[in-house]
Amino acid sequence: MTEPLLCELSISGRRGVQYPKPDVPVSKIPDTLIREALPMPELSEIDVVRHFTRLSQLNHCIDTGFYPLGSCTMKYNPKINEETARLPGFALTHPFQPIETIQGNLELMYHLQEWLKEIGGFAGVTLQPAAGAHGELTGVLIVRAYHEDRGESKRIKILIPDSAHGTNPATSAMSGMLVKELPSDERGNIDLIALRAECDETLAGLMLTNPNTLGLFDENVSEVIDMVHKAGGLVYGDGANMNALLGIIRPGDIGIDILHYNLHKTFSTPHGGGGPGSGPVGVAAHLVNFLPDPVVIIEEEADDEKPAFYGFARPAKSIGRVKAFHGHYLVMVRAYTYMLMQGASGLRKISEYAVLNANYLLARLRNVYHVPYDRICMHEFVAEGCWDNAPDIHALDIAKRLMDYKFHPPTNYFPLIVHEALMIEPTETESKQVLDLFADTMIKIAQEAHSNPEMLKTAPHHTPVGRLDEVKAAKDLVLCCGVSSI
Amino acid sequence: MYIPHTEKERDEMLRVIGIDQIADLFEDLPASHKFPSLNLPDRLTEMETLAELQSLSWMNESSQDLICFLGAGAYQHFIPSAVDSILRRGEFYTAYTPYQPEVSQGTLQAIFDYQSLITALTGMDVSNASHYDGATSTAEAVSMAIAHFRNKRSKVVVSPSLHPHYRETIRTYNHGGILEIVGDEDDADLLRGPESLYSHIDQKTALVIVQYPDFFGHVFDYTKLAEITHQAGSLLAIAVNPLALGLLKTPGDFGADIVTGEGQPLGIPLSFGGPYLGIFATRKEYIRKMAGRLVGETLDNRGQRAYVLTLTAREQHIRRERATSNICSNQALMVLASTIYMSLLGKHGLRQVSELCYHKAHYAAEKINSLKEFHLWSETPFFNEFVIKCPHPVDEINEYLLDYGVLGGYNLGNHYHKLNQHMLIAVTEMNTKDEIDSLVDLLAEVSND
Repeated sequence: MTEPLLCELSISGRRGVQYPKPDVPVSKIPDTLIREALPMPELSEIDVVRHFTRLSQLNHCIDTGFYPLGSCTMKYNPKINEETARLPGFALTHPFQPIETIQGNLELMYHLQEWLKEIGGFAGVTLQPAAGAHGELTGVLIVRAYHEDRGESKRIKILIPDSAHGTNPATSAMSGMLVKELPSDERGNIDLIALRAECDETLAGLMLTNPNTLGLFDENVSEVIDMVHKAGGLVYGDGANMNALLGIIRPGDIGIDILHYNLHKTFSTPHGGGGPGSGPVGVAAHLVNFLPDPVVIIEEEADDEKPAFYGFARPAKSIGRVKAFHGHYLVMVRAYTYMLMQGASGLRKISEYAVLNANYLLARLRNVYHVPYDRICMHEFVAEGCWDNAPDIHALDIAKRLMDYKFHPPTNYFPLIVHEALMIEPTETESKQVLDLFADTMIKIAQEAHSNPEMLKTAPHHTPVGRLDEVKAAKDLVLCCGVSSI
Repeated sequence: MYIPHTEKERDEMLRVIGIDQIADLFEDLPASHKFPSLNLPDRLTEMETLAELQSLSWMNESSQDLICFLGAGAYQHFIPSAVDSILRRGEFYTAYTPYQPEVSQGTLQAIFDYQSLITALTGMDVSNASHYDGATSTAEAVSMAIAHFRNKRSKVVVSPSLHPHYRETIRTYNHGGILEIVGDEDDADLLRGPESLYSHIDQKTALVIVQYPDFFGHVFDYTKLAEITHQAGSLLAIAVNPLALGLLKTPGDFGADIVTGEGQPLGIPLSFGGPYLGIFATRKEYIRKMAGRLVGETLDNRGQRAYVLTLTAREQHIRRERATSNICSNQALMVLASTIYMSLLGKHGLRQVSELCYHKAHYAAEKINSLKEFHLWSETPFFNEFVIKCPHPVDEINEYLLDYGVLGGYNLGNHYHKLNQHMLIAVTEMNTKDEIDSLVDLLAEVSND
């Protein structure tokens, strides 16, 4: 199958684009400024189109198949989103245009802020963060600024449950905070005794993923939040799992102070092979002044004669910018398009069916795969990818074998608190037929694991490439074309 | 919408689960706050939604409606049709992060192609798979330098002519308040270029950051700056406009340790500021302190060449609180856009487009400078942006230009009090001679008013 690299396809003298000749007098370019060689490929348009089209055919994607990827919410990406994001009025506007020429963009951003406030139960929203992890960073910087503003800069301890996303500890450390891990109890909830022991005068906050990465809604959530608040800390909610909560519970209503949304998970914008995402952050009233610069405001209210006039504002105690310009605007356009097509009732239905699909798969698989925390789950659940009587088989082997049946594997080896974890999140956009086929396949693989383990150990067999030598990749470090080793 | 279940199927599924109704799935949740009624509009159909979004887009004036001389970190360039045609393939844009390499070779090899092109363009050894944008990639350079010196050096020397948003982002990231940031004070000399930084660089300095071309469009030779930086044992980061590297000497030629930059000029539409592409490249000795995804070449068990995410032990999901950064995505689709763009333009096209930008900008600068009341602010060589001192406040001039459908330059007074009444004008291959001439005519009219 091997597709050549661009540098291998290059033929000296070929061109893919031709520009017009200069229509102005040519200026002298000082020789001392000019680079010597420009070692870029030389290709025609058809070379380029075929190269990338052939590459595309090596990918699994939502448009061709199911992604039961826990914690990632790989739902269908509606095609209208791609149309609206490409409307020239949005796509061809410059971020520094005078605000009277970009009222459409500002109105869209304002409405998106309002929708996210209403969905999460928050008093303010920033749309600036570029991704979920970037939203987390924004949130933790707000926690820090809030305590400093109150003269409590000794509050630098952030509590992170062992079932939390991997970014949480890195985010806290990056913001100069001290990370303490909290254990889970036998029902997958936060261990209240351990939490109580950490609730002291150095507590800055708790990063709470709820539903957690086991797919479970913490049964003691009110008590947990209350305990943190009473100790003077803030509660940060990881909104990666909001697909379980739309119209079901508003995080702000139960006392969560800060939450990031993932527009690329919950609100259907495409993952793009790893980005761009978008990670807006919602905050409670006492934190609105700390939001990043800028937020979109109404400068002049609408009246009978003219529509509202929108502008940018810097919140009074803003932590500052977290990136250049205003955030991933064209991702916002996609998410807003999706929201308009859902409305209030549609949003609730999304979460209801996401949870229905997860529980249906759980019901179909729980007799074949061991589920360590077996209760009604939310939008995802975690099973163990191993059996005592098939000792050679690991979660990885099941994951690889699934590819032979044209399914993307579930998230595996996460969360860390489950042995050989397979984390399964079907999302609401998969039909019963797809779920049944997936469940049947998982059951068949469980049979193969016992009857023909070698079939799994050597899988995948029907993919463009087989298992990769990852040790060689890290040892040889070939990171670009034409350089054999670094 | 987008939920395929029939009622019959839903009921069958509930039966298999062993419950009567969907609400039974949510019994663990606090009853007092369950099922809030959301104060949001009713759903729209696709037809209505498209109409609503279209009417919002029509409230804007885009660079299609206006003649654009606005840059300041985001530029209007021609994007060949093949770029978006490939980006629209569902196989690329609806794919997940390539953690499962057996079914993600398309994304992985495209990123490897990108890494190859960026290292060639910048003259560095290695490029990662990208950060969010130019501002955050530059802030990540600070994190990397701090990690490299194991927190023993915490001073960062920042050029005052580094993009103001990048400088602010570095300050917001803040690294727990340990950073000492110098060099870009309000009274800094804006015309001396890198020389104004030399006296700040010492044994406590972790990183020196300059831009190339800088925020004012200036092209400086940073060779001496690199020498002075390295004499102090510090690292040098250069934030680039990658398109300028089709013509200009590379940061690698100067001796930079880190190259960051905004990749938007490489085939990404203006997009009202995002999503863009954060370039990050460095020298081989710093690979293990570099944040972000990295794709490496290897073999599969059938002996085929193949690609995989590598050195993941550096990253947040493994190193957790000891990672250099929390980043866990990249701008993969923007990486793809820029890779397609660079491969279409190639060696000749990149040189051609950067020369066009250079010639057109210099033509515009010369014409404007010949007006009685407008003056070029400096004589430093520039690429496709330049600063002019105006006879009136920039916002007033821009209002006048806008009446004639011209999007004027950036008001530098927004960030530099010394540069009140100074305008930053960007010219690209998209601006015809006629457009430039009409800008000059309009400016002449303004000064006569």
